[in-house]
Amino acid sequence: MEIKQKGLKQINGSLVVLEGVENPQYEEMVEIELNDSTKKIGRIVKIDGDKVVVQVFEGTRGISMTNVKTRKTGKPMEIALSPEILGRIFDGLGRPIDSLGEIYPTCHKDVNGAPINPVSRVYPRNYINTGISSIDALTTLIRGQKLPIFSGSGMKHNELAVQIVRQASVADNDDFAIVFAAMGVKNDVAEYFRRSFEEANVLNRVVMFLNLSNDPIIERIITPRCALTAAEYLAYELNKQILVVMTDMTSYAEALREFSSSKGEIPGRKGYPGYLYSDFASLYERAGIIKDSKGSVTQIPILTMPNDDITNPIPDLTGYITEGQIVLDRSLDYKGVYPPIGILASLSRLMKDGIGEGYTRDDHSALSNQLFAVYAKVQDAKSLAGVIGEDELSETDKMYIKFGKEFETRFINQGFYENRTIEETLDLGWELLSMLPKKELDRVDEEILKKHYIEN
Amino acid sequence: MPENKNVIYGINGPVVTIKGKTELSMMEMVYVGEKRLIGEVIKLEDDCTTIQVYEETTGLMPGEKVESTGNMLSLVLGPGIIRNIFDGIQRPLSAIEETSGAFIGKGASVDAIDTQKKWDVTIDVKEGDFLESGQVYAHCQESPVILHKMMVPPYIRGKVIECHQDGQYCVNDTIVKLKLDNGMEYCLTLCQKWPIRSPRPTKKRMGVVKPLITGQRVIDTLFPVAKGGAAAIPGGFGTGKTMTQHQLAKWCDADIIIYVGCGERGNEMTQALQEFSELIDPRTGKPLTDRTVLIANTSNMPVAAREASIYTGITIAEYYRDMGYHTALMADSTSRWAEALREISGRLEEMPADEGFPAYLPSRLSEFYERAGYVETLCGEEGSVTLIGAVSPQGSDFSEPVTQNTKRFTRCFWALDKSLAYARHYPAINWNDSYSEYLGELKGWYDENVSVEFIKNRDKICEILLEENGLLEIVNLVGSDMLPDDQKLTLEIARLIRVGFLQQNAFHKDDTFVSLEKQMKMMQVILHLYKKSMKIISKQIPISNILSTGLFDKAVKMKYDIPNDKLEMFDEYINEIDSKLETFFRE
Repeated sequence: MEIKQKGLKQINGSLVVLEGVENPQYEEMVEIELNDSTKKIGRIVKIDGDKVVVQVFEGTRGISMTNVKTRKTGKPMEIALSPEILGRIFDGLGRPIDSLGEIYPTCHKDVNGAPINPVSRVYPRNYINTGISSIDALTTLIRGQKLPIFSGSGMKHNELAVQIVRQASVADNDDFAIVFAAMGVKNDVAEYFRRSFEEANVLNRVVMFLNLSNDPIIERIITPRCALTAAEYLAYELNKQILVVMTDMTSYAEALREFSSSKGEIPGRKGYPGYLYSDFASLYERAGIIKDSKGSVTQIPILTMPNDDITNPIPDLTGYITEGQIVLDRSLDYKGVYPPIGILASLSRLMKDGIGEGYTRDDHSALSNQLFAVYAKVQDAKSLAGVIGEDELSETDKMYIKFGKEFETRFINQGFYENRTIEETLDLGWELLSMLPKKELDRVDEEILKKHYIEN
Repeated sequence: MPENKNVIYGINGPVVTIKGKTELSMMEMVYVGEKRLIGEVIKLEDDCTTIQVYEETTGLMPGEKVESTGNMLSLVLGPGIIRNIFDGIQRPLSAIEETSGAFIGKGASVDAIDTQKKWDVTIDVKEGDFLESGQVYAHCQESPVILHKMMVPPYIRGKVIECHQDGQYCVNDTIVKLKLDNGMEYCLTLCQKWPIRSPRPTKKRMGVVKPLITGQRVIDTLFPVAKGGAAAIPGGFGTGKTMTQHQLAKWCDADIIIYVGCGERGNEMTQALQEFSELIDPRTGKPLTDRTVLIANTSNMPVAAREASIYTGITIAEYYRDMGYHTALMADSTSRWAEALREISGRLEEMPADEGFPAYLPSRLSEFYERAGYVETLCGEEGSVTLIGAVSPQGSDFSEPVTQNTKRFTRCFWALDKSLAYARHYPAINWNDSYSEYLGELKGWYDENVSVEFIKNRDKICEILLEENGLLEIVNLVGSDMLPDDQKLTLEIARLIRVGFLQQNAFHKDDTFVSLEKQMKMMQVILHLYKKSMKIISKQIPISNILSTGLFDKAVKMKYDIPNDKLEMFDEYINEIDSKLETFFRE
């Protein structure tokens, strides 16, 4: 039996208020039909007796107090899934937009997901070879990790994400698939990703969810949830290794802020709702590996830091949830270094258990520690040089400056199509460290040093 | 019937309201809806009752009933808690896994502790005995290292009228019956209930005199925390809060560790679970899990349960303290807990104070940290609860409300520093910003148990670091070449202290835990080197000559080169310093 209800009580931004609703469920989906029989989808976000507040995803444009009929679906937001979603393109709410027709679902899943029980998780240990030196050696990406890219507008985060996806897929076998969620990005960017996937010959293994910058803003809140639900389905039920690329989390957070303020909620820092942390966590925490399945969900969210400010709530809260971060550095970008990864601010928390003997190479952790320590000293020397001039520096400091330059141009910098093996990367690291006298390398055991240090 | 009146009226996130006057009482635990979600009454008005629900409210409908339980949100305290991993409201996660699979379902109703397991119980009382509150009436071996003592619950006292034999019992079996003063009978089982928000009573609070030995040099030597004290670890993301907390949980010398993962990452909890079961406690020779309780409310689990998880942890800690154990609670992170308060406060449309946090944030924090302490328990033993709370300040800004208020109620502050973390100097505890107020109280213990030299050396080390801080300002302006040799020496020694002493490698088998004795010897070597070198410098011999002896480079690596069981090697170091530097005097 279908109960349709006519008329609304109030419209405010993307929210509409209905009265006299029978048995509304919290977070239930409703369908709103306009007089011209266009349909919009909404979700119940607040209940007060028989008065309910509904959030309309496609915006309230064209809705009047009288010209609509609403119908409850009795279900929370769900997405239709089947193995054939691979290679397809969906809109921000999970409806196909590639004119290849509807999919024949084998199951429907609640897009909100459910938290993974910590005792059912498998601690991620297997590293993903991205072929990018600065990532492989210093901020190693681990299967099942969530490792965001903190960028700024105009920097090459999209290229970096594409390169990671392309090179990671080479190393992997057929079980590999990509879920791509675009939130509020420009059409060009989405097209760039599509073309790059095509070039890399992985298009038939990509699922795309697109909410572009001209699409309804509130829809953006659902887009990453659809993508992650699809990812979980592919990973845990079809045992695939999934890489989820989500861009741009900043637009997502802004959509959430807009929604929150229209609901009249008390804002926290910079106007973002107080629950931004919990909300981010409900997305990021969906990465992982579980015991009963061979698959994994690895996340690479991309966010642009407003004004390159890492203390802005979006990167800040993200950093507290994700297992590290890859931070792009504006000054390296100016110097023409690609990928412009600012390694001191970057970190991979899962790296320590996924590298070393049996995973990469026994000297990996010593090397990366030493590179970090030495590069930190390069910065000290640079700032000193800024005050007293490079000529006045001590011999040691001069050596550090020289090392820094070489490190940036040879180690961090690499070609867009250059795929380095882990051995190449590590050996290059030792070669560069050997520019410094042995006694400066205080993070390395004597034995490892003997084996890898190249005496001049 | 009053029950019929209690039906859901409004729903907003984790906050559910009931219209009309109810019989419910403040902080009472209730079951909400058909799925029996667990909730707690947080506000009562004449025409409206507000409940916070500890689970996802998706799918809840107005008109569903709210069931009263008559009890406050309580824990079941008894054998079976150790080695377990619970969610924020004491539901064992492994039992939830059995009922709902890898993803946590809703309304999972599982027993807090295993009610089927039989424990080998020895009964310590006989018929006719008069038992006071807190008195031990039975005990059993809960884990190879923890003897679980069953105590008469607080405020209960009476005469034993029935007493079972020693033997195997489940937690809910009655083993002793009491006749109370008012003539009522009271059955004592292996477990008792206690509301999480009330501190458990003790006989009296005592002063703190013993340090919590952590095996981490920067903590034990520079900023020690007392058993029964409270410490805060603030730090931005990536500065190693969790790493430090894990190190403390692994190596500190408390009898029982309660590790609360409050709004943190799921993978971290899995890692803790795995590591703790593999690692061996150096003091008992048994796996660390045998003394550990984990409470996991990861960041994507319901926010209201996150608020409760801290209290669940501290109540368990107090329960074991009452048996006469030294317990330590690591809360990672209290900021998430404060944010949960803020989130719920926002849903209640309360007037916000600083940065949207509710005005009662300081009082809640002080209530929590005051539950730490060194006490004489009701059964006459000494026990303690040490609290170590991580704080995640937004934007690494220590002036935000949670950090500031935490600072007021803890006496030990380990400030984590981003620039140290960037240089991979771990633990990234900044020696200039951190402090410990316990030093004065603990000096006596160090003098007596380690050496009278310990605190003296520690002060000397601090002095050098302070001096370095001043010198570095000059170096940053003119470069280090301009400094006179004695100041250069101070810089070199300070570097040795930073790299060779303060920096500690958690992944190195010898360096991950260092005894106080070794810490003491390391300080002695460093200071000896300083003293001797200073003498040489005063004879106008250039510092480069001293550096070329390689003594400094060797001393930097002594933390790795001297195994923890071969401390006599330190004498060789001292001798080598003497003999090598002696040559300068001869020249």
